[in-house]
Amino acid sequence: MAILSKKDSKLILDPLADNNPITIQVLGICSALAITAELKASIVMALSVLFVLGLGNVVISLMRNIIPSKIRIIVQLVVVATLVIIVDQVLKAFAYELSKTLAVFVGLIITNCIIMGRFEAFALGNGVWRSFLDGIGNAAGYGVILIIVGFFRELLGSGTLLGFPVLGNPIEKTGLYAIGYENNGFMLLSPMALIVVGILIWVQRSRNPALIEEN
Amino acid sequence: MSNKRLTFKKRLHIIKHQLRDKKLAPAFNAFHTFLFTPDETTHSGGHIRAADDLKRTMNTVILALVPVLLFSMFNAGYQHYSAVNGFPENFSVWNDFLTWDNFWIGIIKVLPLVVVSYGVGLLIEFIFAVIKGHEVEEGYLVTGMLVPLIVPIDTPLWMLAVAVVFGVIIGKEVFGGTGMNILNPALTIRAFLFFAYPTWMSGDKVWVYQGMERAGTPDAISGETILGYLAQNGQNEFSYTVSDMFFGFIPGSVGETSTFLILLGGLFLIFSKIASWRIMVSAVAGALAMGLIFNGVVDAGWITESSKFYGLMSFDFWKHLIVGGLAFGIVYMATDPVTGSQTNRGKWIYGFLIGFISVMIRVFNPAYPEGVFLAILLMNVFAPTIDHYVVRANVNKRLKRFKNAVVLPKDTEEAKLKVETI
Repeated sequence: MAILSKKDSKLILDPLADNNPITIQVLGICSALAITAELKASIVMALSVLFVLGLGNVVISLMRNIIPSKIRIIVQLVVVATLVIIVDQVLKAFAYELSKTLAVFVGLIITNCIIMGRFEAFALGNGVWRSFLDGIGNAAGYGVILIIVGFFRELLGSGTLLGFPVLGNPIEKTGLYAIGYENNGFMLLSPMALIVVGILIWVQRSRNPALIEEN
Repeated sequence: MSNKRLTFKKRLHIIKHQLRDKKLAPAFNAFHTFLFTPDETTHSGGHIRAADDLKRTMNTVILALVPVLLFSMFNAGYQHYSAVNGFPENFSVWNDFLTWDNFWIGIIKVLPLVVVSYGVGLLIEFIFAVIKGHEVEEGYLVTGMLVPLIVPIDTPLWMLAVAVVFGVIIGKEVFGGTGMNILNPALTIRAFLFFAYPTWMSGDKVWVYQGMERAGTPDAISGETILGYLAQNGQNEFSYTVSDMFFGFIPGSVGETSTFLILLGGLFLIFSKIASWRIMVSAVAGALAMGLIFNGVVDAGWITESSKFYGLMSFDFWKHLIVGGLAFGIVYMATDPVTGSQTNRGKWIYGFLIGFISVMIRVFNPAYPEGVFLAILLMNVFAPTIDHYVVRANVNKRLKRFKNAVVLPKDTEEAKLKVETI
């Protein structure tokens, strides 16, 4: 049944939990705070990074033996920039409104530490298949956190999920709003995203005390 | 059994011993120490016996807050009836202010805020004490009283509850509980309310009872704070006199209005050596300094009536002290010994900047008609830095003095001997 060997499946599953790029390595925080005010934007961002990191890892891994180590950062940048431009153009063509919401942050995927980190730490020293799995795994770990944060921020901040009003209409006072509920505007501000990420880290570490570093 | 003959006190001690090392021990002990001193004695080391433990310190602050609370209950009613019926023509304290009608509004509006604040906050303290297995910390006693006094009267109770949960957990417990927090928990709670539910924390409706409820109906009432009015209208004309402002017959957050009673509370705290007079004095100086600068700018003609800052900038500098929450913040919040500066020189700097920045925020940011809570939170963050540099400066000064003072006579046997014996 095993499509993936134990070692390979570890590559995918580890970043989802005990080696999560956001909550454990604390990378890619900037975009996690900036675009998670809506669930939809979070999902699109997660998919974009999945695409860029999965494919990027493959490309870098293919070229790993011919990249001169002195200029490897520039080569990595070219690869990631190419992929990001593809994502950006696709978004602009097929989801223009959304690409406006994400604004500069699609372009800033280039500077997402997770991507350069995986190129440097993994793809440069491993085979194509394993690099691909590692890229998918890390992007998924990043995406999961983005989606969790986006879920809570949109639900509590705007009372909607993916744009659908799930708690009632705040203007006509239906649903929860009829009994005096109000949207929490603080949830839409970036500081609250940081606090939500902090709470996720807190929950994860108290469930698994092995993750807590000694001072 | 002779259990019946045991005193209440004795029975509590027995329960205490039965609960020892159980999960609920901290919860029981918290109530127990309110009533009696623990019966344990320490057996090792030297000890200082003092009456002012944390609980007594906290209670002293609460004592200083009681007059403010009582006044605010009357003021709640006074503002409501003034908004409904118009201000009384010949205002007399006994006939128009200290009435049962006014007090009743206070009971149905202010007391629930107090109850929710304490109920929710202490519940969280108890839960955390039980989880972490330590004694319940007293830190919330003062916070719980401050919170209802710094929110608008019309704040919905569930919002307050949510904010208290946030403030106590994120503002205090994650840092390690009472005494470890960086930010003042009461102000964290207010900041949360302010950014989460801005429509309920500013404007001209929330400061009087039923203001929000009646909005949009023919019976609509409003009561704008003086700072809000100045930021909006830019003119120095309103119906409140200086004595209204000083004694507190003005709209505002529940407990912030009466500068007079806050002043008495502040004197009480200084006299009982609970709060630092350095912080209070320097904060007042800072506010006056900033106010003077703004007045000077207006007098110099750089700001004219066309400017949107004119109203607040031309507001007499000393009046900043008696409107809004500045006095309340300086006396009860800036002096928090945990989040404020610890060194004496640090306290001067810390307090001065609080006053200075408060007035600056008031004037320059119309979105925040009251800046004192932001100023105190900001300086809370900087307090450790201020202390660090004050201590460093002192160390350097002493090092320099040491280097200049000690001239070791070299190479004599006598000197070597001296150095060794030292």
